[in-house]
Amino acid sequence: MKFMSRLLVIVAKLLSGYSVRWLDCQPDTCQRIYFANHTSHLDALVLWASLPHDLRALTRPVAAKDYWEGGPVRRHIATSFNALLIDRKEIKVHQSPVDLMIREMGNTFSLIVFPEGGRNSSDEMGRFKSGLYYLAKKRPDLELVPVYLDNMNRILPRGEVLPVPLLSCITIGEPIWLENGEGKAEFLRRARQSIIDIREATT
Amino acid sequence: MQLIPNNLIGFFQEPLESLSGVLDNTSLLLLISCVLGLLLIASFIGRMLERQTDDRVNIAVVRAFNHRIRAWWLMIAILVVGFVTGNTCTVILFGLISFWALREFITMTPTRRSDHRALFWSFFIITPLQFVMVGMEKYGLFSTIIPVYASLLIPARIAVSNDQKQFLERSAKIQLALLICVYALSFAPATLYLDLSNSHNEDVRPEGLLFFFVLITQLNDIFQYGWGKLLGDRRVIAPNINARRSWEGFIGGAATTTLVGALLHSVTPFEYWQAALLSLVVAIMGFFGGMVMSAIKRDRGVSDFGTLVQGHAGVLDRIDSMCFAAPIFYHVAKAILEHSDKVTG
Repeated sequence: MKFMSRLLVIVAKLLSGYSVRWLDCQPDTCQRIYFANHTSHLDALVLWASLPHDLRALTRPVAAKDYWEGGPVRRHIATSFNALLIDRKEIKVHQSPVDLMIREMGNTFSLIVFPEGGRNSSDEMGRFKSGLYYLAKKRPDLELVPVYLDNMNRILPRGEVLPVPLLSCITIGEPIWLENGEGKAEFLRRARQSIIDIREATT
Repeated sequence: MQLIPNNLIGFFQEPLESLSGVLDNTSLLLLISCVLGLLLIASFIGRMLERQTDDRVNIAVVRAFNHRIRAWWLMIAILVVGFVTGNTCTVILFGLISFWALREFITMTPTRRSDHRALFWSFFIITPLQFVMVGMEKYGLFSTIIPVYASLLIPARIAVSNDQKQFLERSAKIQLALLICVYALSFAPATLYLDLSNSHNEDVRPEGLLFFFVLITQLNDIFQYGWGKLLGDRRVIAPNINARRSWEGFIGGAATTTLVGALLHSVTPFEYWQAALLSLVVAIMGFFGGMVMSAIKRDRGVSDFGTLVQGHAGVLDRIDSMCFAAPIFYHVAKAILEHSDKVTG
């Protein structure tokens, strides 16, 4: 398993040629939620691989169960990068994705989430689903760290199987928190804006 | 059937033969040692400058200098490893450089979703095929695959993907990327296969010719930069494209390169005036390469090809002049060698 994880990191680096920039944020083992824009199946893997080694062991990307459990190869990859698989279709009572995430992260793990829900094929980022808000509400101690993934959609766009190994850039921005009395819509808009701000700061 | 075992034997024999060949050639060894010595001194100076904390040194310039030195170490490492292990390895290493350069080029060039398959072809079929053909010495194929067949197939693949927007522009972008990064650069390792049997200089090796070429392109970059700085930027050629490249730098640099090329003729199969002519051609084409790449970077609003964010220069920033000079260097060298063939034979 260790070997497979290392191999995945190398493959992710070769495929996406990422460079990582920590902008107003430093690598830290404290519990965090990294939230990023979502354009490619590679996103979760590459963002996880780009973290420093000690953080990687403590960070679990949240990924779609229906995709990552399709076939033994994907399932093996998903376990190797320690993915937390969420069923997007069947949501049970007391077993909502947010509850599952909070239970799974415990007091040690950080998560990588994609609040747009699905992959986005247009240039504009989609609207954020409410999960991030409920996570922030139930665990106000967590740092919510916005991440902007650039060029990932060109490496493996939606609907393609074969990747084109271009270069990509991962920019990690300043953490945000849920403010006192901040409403759901307002918070989600602010969270989405924080990723747009990173994109505008880097280009 | 006979072909495969023969090739396999050749694969193992080649490294030994080429190593002893390079070791026999004293002038090439001497030149490589000199370059290594100069690089060591330059690295030392770079380190010293990096430690300076006062305002007398420009940190950005020192950093750029050190990056360049690191790139030269890498270049010489690739060439020496190639020389020791044989032509096949050199071709593979140049193939990897091409792949990387293409990656940087396409990253900086906006393409559309529907170009994905055409890009996949470019990276994983056309690029490897080009270098395989170079390694197999199929001149007729490696000189036509990209400019003829790829230039027809890529627009076709884009057309099939059912997206008409900016069709010509997209085809041209991918085509130019392949021409500069893959096709042109592949002529550098192709010089290893030139027929030197009738050369003026008897014990010269093809490795010497390749080393000469790479060295001249890099020296030309330095000389053009140096003369431009020395004489000031009085007559900038195209300020919209590159604010630094001046006529003084270009002419001074080209003249110095020609002179140095003539002095180094003993590692090549040429007489001094032939080496000087080749160096002049390399200097002019190297200049054009720098200008074209500057134009692309200016159009895209970036300073380097290296990363999506500002910072390190990429592979393509280092080899732009080499890419442009390689095909013409190959063809002029080939013409000179064939011509002397007629005279002596």
